[in-house]
Amino acid sequence: MSVAERPLTLSAAGPVSLSAHRAVFRAPAALRGRGPALLAEIEASGLRGRGGASFPTAQKLGAVAGRDGVVVVNATEGEPASAKDRLLLCSQPHLVIDGVVLAAHAVGARMVDIGIARSAPASLAAVQSAIIERGSCEPGVELTVHATPEHFVVGEETALVHWINGGDALPTGRRVRMVERGVAGRPTAVINCETAAQLAWIVEHGAQEFRRRGTDDEPGSRLATVTRADGSRWVVEAAIGMPLADVAWAGGAPIDGTCPVLVGGYFGAWISGSEALEVAFSDAALRPLGASTGAGVLVPLPDRVCAWCQTTRLLHWMAGESSLQCGVCVNGLPALASAAAEISRGENVVTRTGQLERWAGQIDHRGGCGMPDGAVRLLRSALRVHRDLIAAHAAARGCPKGAPAFLTIPETRSNPWR
Amino acid sequence: MAVKRRLAVDPLLCDGRGLCAELAPERVTLDDWGFPIVDPTPLGRRELHDAKRAVRACPVLALRIEPTDRTERTVIDRPRR
Repeated sequence: MSVAERPLTLSAAGPVSLSAHRAVFRAPAALRGRGPALLAEIEASGLRGRGGASFPTAQKLGAVAGRDGVVVVNATEGEPASAKDRLLLCSQPHLVIDGVVLAAHAVGARMVDIGIARSAPASLAAVQSAIIERGSCEPGVELTVHATPEHFVVGEETALVHWINGGDALPTGRRVRMVERGVAGRPTAVINCETAAQLAWIVEHGAQEFRRRGTDDEPGSRLATVTRADGSRWVVEAAIGMPLADVAWAGGAPIDGTCPVLVGGYFGAWISGSEALEVAFSDAALRPLGASTGAGVLVPLPDRVCAWCQTTRLLHWMAGESSLQCGVCVNGLPALASAAAEISRGENVVTRTGQLERWAGQIDHRGGCGMPDGAVRLLRSALRVHRDLIAAHAAARGCPKGAPAFLTIPETRSNPWR
Repeated sequence: MAVKRRLAVDPLLCDGRGLCAELAPERVTLDDWGFPIVDPTPLGRRELHDAKRAVRACPVLALRIEPTDRTERTVIDRPRR
């Protein structure tokens, strides 16, 4: 298996035109009214969501099938280290639109909403132009594009649906099940942008062809965003289950076996350099290390950069991104960030490390959305992988590498919810 | 067989007043910032009494008793944009 053996024809040369796209992909209108067959094909493909949770797409769609539901495409891509959805929308907008229309046909939905961050004007423009190119209408489906605030938790599905419904882009809690009452109070399935593109590919080429790549449990390929040593981000398509080091290499960031790798995203997990050389790029392989493919992000850290100080910066950013609705986030995340910062400065290292471990246990699974859990996942992996580095901070009374900045941290706006 | 029930807190509503930990200490402990950590396992008959008292005492109505298999609730519709 090699990278990009089955490319989604990603091109940096601008959007693929409708006629070029239709030369390969049939118009979805032909499959209208064939819901059960479409759903069966998606189920046979074993497609899992590409937004981070890797939930089986057929199961998600099946839950709203035949219930006059709504399909929402989450292309907000709030994960700062990910660029795949942006690239997909800018290069292959018709593939994404086909995918979501086919998802709607599969479940008999007549409403489709696409959420794209305001901070991605090129993606918004590409999708708007593509919709105009398609004649501004799609038979049987009402398609609406939403420009969402550029904040991390906007990508939380309850926050996105709340925004589409006219509210602030804030998470509304775990007990509000979108599959029961989502957009306009109807059963709603929220799928990731790349998931929609993969779905369109499956409908055209068949589940069997899709399963030629990937593993039995995690079939197909996925888009991975690799951050290079110079900080630039590159998107590659990789068969799931191939060596993680090969994916990083294809993205132009070879793994040397000594430097740790951030996997999944800023809310992902660290793995050590030696683990990164051994492990496969799949959830099944990464799970024992406390990691997952997440949003498909790989950040092999250059040698000059301190992984603990990067973790501290990420925890500060997360504390600022919180919607401040739950006590565990309001109090817990800033506490994690300031304890991590003290370790970065080489102060009270033993006490603060113990506190971080204690707080990780207290915070996990107690928020109204997955955000604090993500912070805890990153923290726990950092405590596991960077033990020697933490000791080095204590010994050096500060960062042994001089705490250089590396990971891009987005600015947090003052009123981000509108 | 009776439906199994458990104590649950809505973290979005909770203000961390801490009355629940006073009234149902066997089911609720507080984290380092005074917010409740609620035991999600089914309530026994004896615990149910304290749990009900804690629910009634919650000043922001964040605490509730729910069936252990409950995973959803209805929300008020908002107008579509």
